Amino acid sequence: MEFFKIRKDIPFMKNALIFNVISLVTFLLAVFFLFSRGLHLSVEFTGGTVMEVSYSQPADLTKVRGVVSSLGYNEVQVQNFGSARDVMIRLPAQKGASSAQQSEALMTALKAQNAEATLRRSEFVGPQVGEELATDGLKALAFVVVGIMLYLAVRFEWKFSVAAIIANLHDVIIILGFFAYFQWEFSLAVLAAVLAVLGYSVNESVVIFDRIRENFRRYRKMNTVEIIDNAITSTISRTIITHGSTQIMVLSMLLFGGETLYYFAMALTIGILFGIYSSVFVAAAIAMWLGIRREDLIKAPPKKDEDPDDPNSGAVV
Amino acid sequence: MNRYPVWKFAIIWVALLLGVVYTLPNFFGEAPAVQVSSSKVTAKVDETTLKRVSDAIEAANVPAAGIILEGNSIKARFESTEQQLKAKDAIQKALIPEGSDNGYVVALNLLSRSPSWLTALHAAPMYLGLDLRGGVHFMLQVDMKAALTQKIDSLAGDIRTTLREKDVRHGGISRSESNIEIRLRDQAQLEAAKRVLADQFADLQVAEAAQGGEFKITASIKPEAARRVQEQALKQNITTLHNRINELGVAEPVIQQQGLDRIVVQLPGVQDTAKAKDILGRTATLEVRLVDESSEARAAEQTNGMVPFGSERYLERNGQAVIVKKQVILTGDNLTDAQPGFDGQTQEPVVNLSLDGKGARIFKDVTRENVGKRMAILLFEKGKGEVVTAPVIRTEIGGGRVQISGRMTTSEANDTALLLRAGSLAAPMEIIEERTIGPSLGAENIAKGFNSVIWGFLVIVAFMCIYYMVFGVFSSIALGVNLLLLVAVLSMLQATLTLPGMAAMALALGMAIDSNVLINERVREELRLGASPQAAIHTGYDRAWSTIFDSNITTLIAGVALLAFGSGPVRGFAVVHCLGILTSMFSAVFFSRGLVNLWYGRQKKLKSVSIGTVWRPDGSAAPVVTTEDKA
Repeated sequence: MEFFKIRKDIPFMKNALIFNVISLVTFLLAVFFLFSRGLHLSVEFTGGTVMEVSYSQPADLTKVRGVVSSLGYNEVQVQNFGSARDVMIRLPAQKGASSAQQSEALMTALKAQNAEATLRRSEFVGPQVGEELATDGLKALAFVVVGIMLYLAVRFEWKFSVAAIIANLHDVIIILGFFAYFQWEFSLAVLAAVLAVLGYSVNESVVIFDRIRENFRRYRKMNTVEIIDNAITSTISRTIITHGSTQIMVLSMLLFGGETLYYFAMALTIGILFGIYSSVFVAAAIAMWLGIRREDLIKAPPKKDEDPDDPNSGAVV
Repeated sequence: MNRYPVWKFAIIWVALLLGVVYTLPNFFGEAPAVQVSSSKVTAKVDETTLKRVSDAIEAANVPAAGIILEGNSIKARFESTEQQLKAKDAIQKALIPEGSDNGYVVALNLLSRSPSWLTALHAAPMYLGLDLRGGVHFMLQVDMKAALTQKIDSLAGDIRTTLREKDVRHGGISRSESNIEIRLRDQAQLEAAKRVLADQFADLQVAEAAQGGEFKITASIKPEAARRVQEQALKQNITTLHNRINELGVAEPVIQQQGLDRIVVQLPGVQDTAKAKDILGRTATLEVRLVDESSEARAAEQTNGMVPFGSERYLERNGQAVIVKKQVILTGDNLTDAQPGFDGQTQEPVVNLSLDGKGARIFKDVTRENVGKRMAILLFEKGKGEVVTAPVIRTEIGGGRVQISGRMTTSEANDTALLLRAGSLAAPMEIIEERTIGPSLGAENIAKGFNSVIWGFLVIVAFMCIYYMVFGVFSSIALGVNLLLLVAVLSMLQATLTLPGMAAMALALGMAIDSNVLINERVREELRLGASPQAAIHTGYDRAWSTIFDSNITTLIAGVALLAFGSGPVRGFAVVHCLGILTSMFSAVFFSRGLVNLWYGRQKKLKSVSIGTVWRPDGSAAPVVTTEDKA
């Protein structure tokens, strides 16, 4: 079986401007939603208490809300979680009262209203922990960005490293934009997914850059645009198959992983899809705008035959 | 060219063997068990205890499926949870007579069903996190400022005693913020006091602060001493938590320091979360002080009037106010044991305290000097103090044995003893993070994680086999080996597996197959360019390796960042993520190459390989064969 029967190089770079404009618009939209709506941060970041209560019958949310507000909580989020019988209640952090007191008082009240209510899970995070998690998250993001840039700069050249990181940060912002637009809950697991995507989709750019370098060596007559087109065309098959197979796994999580893994898998899905797009259209195009040249990659005067032990002879796949 | 030397196959066999052995325990599941351990040195768990336990089980008519003495604990396995509970009651009755505390802890536990030869190899199933087995997780923040204040208070007390012993007359010792101020009469006394402080209090740095003809010294705690105090406070709090949790009877509690001032407590399988919170949340500290017997204080006790300077008002359990001096005589540090009991004469419930040497000496001195006066024993919980009892001192009490009596019920006496015995905390703590996971949710999470991994795995295997034929089969086997090795490594390291960890496992498989796709695509490309099958395999693997390496490095960078900065669920994800990348490098490249070499490598005249369609744009008649050569 072969899905990709491509006879000629596809002129990706001819339309680079259009793709870049599309990227820019998506990116700006994502930024806009991030600022206008903001992320719906989970309790891990904001501090507060989350309780998951299960009933044997489909739960009456209005009644549950009534019980919660009778305890003097305003603006409490009460919603179904996974199934109609499970309810998630999110209480804001309260000064003075400990979480144990909070959740116990609420559980007693809920049991009084319906004896079948059982506590499945409760989570309390103090406000100082939330702040730390947020800063740690940003630190981790910075670490990944710097680490990958350094690695690519050593392995290739700074233009590639800048192009790859811009392309992948654009993915990250778009994932965040989705979470802001749909107001999906942004939890620690989602943050982990975002960082994993960052590390993962850089690969795509690496593969294409590897091939670009190879082509610079191999086809001396082609110009930069042709070389990029050829590099993308000859790697598109593996790009799509590898991402497809990773996506199969993620899809399996999306379907079977339940509520807890749902947004994690969702972030990965968006990341993987935009990862293909950005590494093919954005990263290569930015590298092109930055003006990569044959001389950047092949510094020493080329020998007659390619030295197979040359550390710069990257793989081509 | 496509042959592995023997040692490479040997590595593969060893890896597979280890993988199978260490993965195996995960399949046997876990059986309900009862665990007997000891929380005290005096309670020895040995052969005689084993005999007592097995006798108790036999007498209760619940046959144990296995009973072993392992290190410092006895574990008895049972067929059902019902038998487990019955057995626990029986053992508890046999080992711990009603109302006493002899240091034995009887707890419910889960024990691996795996055969003994596996256990002998230290092969144990993966350690499941709380979200998979249910339980409670707490993160506690230790109030270090309070630890220092307490230390300074007790130092101030020591200074007072020492100065008196050395006959240095002072005009008052007081604490302000983090300093101790000592007022003195004249220059000579000041010099004497300074000498005493320099000799006996190495932790303090002393400064002279003469103010308007006043002779005054300020002593503050040295930074390194302060650090030591904080470290000790944290350590003592951890020990205290250990003791308290032992009282709860949890089989495998996790109590760890996190950062400089935090403690993480995880109690797997705890069902009664309310009680756990209650016991942990009771951050009580004990203090012994004298009751202010001045007439103003008496008046204040009766009428809510002004409390005299240097004293404070606390309430007794029945609401009666007691005015006590601020000066602390003893703290919980000096307490070695507390037991509930009954008074020999009045049959009233009492709590018997034992003090350490220093505590006993101080107590003796104080009681000798204050016969006929009252002494208050205070418990501080979350900054609020309560007078447990304020008895009148009848005689000098020596020997360090103290009996507290006074309007207590039996259960109150038990509770107080537990709180005191479980040790006082060196510094108050506050729960800053708390997670409770019901047991049914844990089981559901396991099923969800398992299903995600298995279904994703099966679909990928099906796709690979159809798209890449025999090479797809190799890739699939390599993927299976990756899963095997990952589970084996996790079991070996006893790393905690959580739901995010299972997600990372699924993701690791999804990323691992990338490597095989890279290889297979590259081999196809070589074939397309007209390379001979053997050459295509060789170049394909060689060329793909550097790309695989690159991509794994970038993924690993992200993984390490998560490991370094992540906490809780993210850490669980990161561990599996990083390990998955490492095992995939072995299985997807080294192992799958071994399979290919074994299958094709020996055939000298290999005409074609089964790797699916090798499509050529020009449709030329190069050997496009999808069935393998059976030569």
